[in-house]
Amino acid sequence: MSEGSLEFEKPIVEIEKRIHDLRQLARQENMDVTDELHKLERKAEKLRKDIFSKLTRWQRVQLARHPQRPYTLDYVDRLTTDFWELHGDRLFADDPALVCGFATFEGRKVLLMGHQKGRDTKEKLRRNFGMAHPEGYRKSLRLMKLADKFGLPIVTFIDTPGAFPGIEAEERGQSRAIAENLIEMAAIRVPIIAVVIGEGGSGGALAIALADRVIMLENSVYSVISPEGCAAILWGDRSKAKDAAEALRISATDLVELGIVDEVLPEPVGGAHRNPAQTAETLKTAIKTHLDVLCRVDADELIRTRMEKFLAMGVYQDDA
Amino acid sequence: MAWFKKRDRGVKAERKRNLPDGLWLRCEYCGAILYKKELERNLWTCDSCGFHFRIRARNYIDILLDQGSFREMDAGIKPLDPLKFKDTKKYADRIKTYQAKTGMNEAILSGSGEIDGRQVSIAVLEFAFGGGSLGSVMGEKIVRAIRRAIKTNSPFLIVNSSGGARMQEGILSLMQMAKVSVMLARLHEAHLPFISILTHPTTGGVSASFAFQGDLILAEPKALIGFAGPRVIQQTIGQELPEGFQRSEFLMDHGQIDRIVNRKELKETVSSLLSYLPSPAPVLGFEEKARALEKS
Repeated sequence: MSEGSLEFEKPIVEIEKRIHDLRQLARQENMDVTDELHKLERKAEKLRKDIFSKLTRWQRVQLARHPQRPYTLDYVDRLTTDFWELHGDRLFADDPALVCGFATFEGRKVLLMGHQKGRDTKEKLRRNFGMAHPEGYRKSLRLMKLADKFGLPIVTFIDTPGAFPGIEAEERGQSRAIAENLIEMAAIRVPIIAVVIGEGGSGGALAIALADRVIMLENSVYSVISPEGCAAILWGDRSKAKDAAEALRISATDLVELGIVDEVLPEPVGGAHRNPAQTAETLKTAIKTHLDVLCRVDADELIRTRMEKFLAMGVYQDDA
Repeated sequence: MAWFKKRDRGVKAERKRNLPDGLWLRCEYCGAILYKKELERNLWTCDSCGFHFRIRARNYIDILLDQGSFREMDAGIKPLDPLKFKDTKKYADRIKTYQAKTGMNEAILSGSGEIDGRQVSIAVLEFAFGGGSLGSVMGEKIVRAIRRAIKTNSPFLIVNSSGGARMQEGILSLMQMAKVSVMLARLHEAHLPFISILTHPTTGGVSASFAFQGDLILAEPKALIGFAGPRVIQQTIGQELPEGFQRSEFLMDHGQIDRIVNRKELKETVSSLLSYLPSPAPVLGFEEKARALEKS
């Protein structure tokens, strides 16, 4: 576990090191340490459960951003038997920060898309850290309309710090690109399932998440603004990000409680990256279940229900 | 999101109006010293550089609608504090401060009125109330205003001025972008016109949703308009921003808006443009049209 471990995982890492050392010692000295090992392993197991059963929201942010966390294309590999990536918005460029393509998922043809982060420095830069430009959103919309035309259900994976804030993004209409996705997705006549797999960063996330079902992995987050950004504005101090994460209530369970998200999918103890295969299996079951239900719904009914769902969101007092 | 909260060097017309002498004001854009009476006559626009000072929501009602035609609706809808949000201050206390300052329940004024005798449904954001930030109340009031437009076969107008989403309502504020978009999709289906007017400033979640979903998008001169605030962009890319970046003229150059309109010509412009957009539109569905062509 030591590799890529986070600050709050240190106690676990320490015990694991002791287990490792003890094993080595036993081998070298030919000693019987079974009892001690057992004890330590039980202790490690308990500690792991303790720590991961009461993660703070800020700890979940760290897990959601974990450098080893599976990204969209990792799940595409594990969940689909066939994936044909499709490129370009037909207006300006292709955006590698948002990948789209036809996929075969559990025998069903779908349009699959998601934000894509990079693993190493070169790839991180190429993928712009998962922050899409307007052409990314325009590509996604072009293909959603195609999916609408040919009756393919849409599955989106959300994993972005946010839509890219840059000069070129503004020049090419980042606002309009996101706004257009939102208004068009409202009336797309095929089922849309959005899965938050990591970071659900504000408008850049919502732009592919106006969906019939929005589901979240247990340690993913979804927020109107990054904890750091919120801390900078409201506290005047970025280092208050931890407080901002708590105040914003950005965990998957928070969002279910607030009525925004439909389902939380459990992750392996330690987070999705500790067992990507198991996480993918969980995703597969959930997506399949929702698709099975939604694909039987008549298109008019589908849109009506989607619209009613979002129209009901908000908390206010109406005395009239 | 609401990047303007603290350090917007932005328009201080409100505050400056209360200066002790109160007779002269400085233009925040070009620095010209302006005589207040003259400024008021010019609808708070600088006659030196054309910058449009920020004005209150009710001023836009006066500017845009036929005199006495406005009927305010949904004024009683009030904000709540669903997250029990607290930063350096409690959100509940901030709301009270904004309400006391503006005499309004929320950062939006909405209702029905007439433009040259034609009925419209209108919503105007109020920047003086928490930076015009988009929260649950604003989302709901816009939705109801659009619904009224559909019920009465009227065009829908919105005047934007906002730093973005109301962070203190967390994810609920982000969802207001989706909520209003959904209702605008219905307006679109009903073939009714929607004109969005961008004023200084329009950024963040408001910009990335209804502000840029207009059939036509108009902007006041030199208004700051963008997805991300300039400070965030500067921090992200670590370089100086070009002169005039994210101002109305920049957006016009980049094809993002239809027209830049002086406040004094706003009503006339909207009225004329609406005359080209009957409500509802007399349409034959595209599918029917295509079939009709095949048969002929």
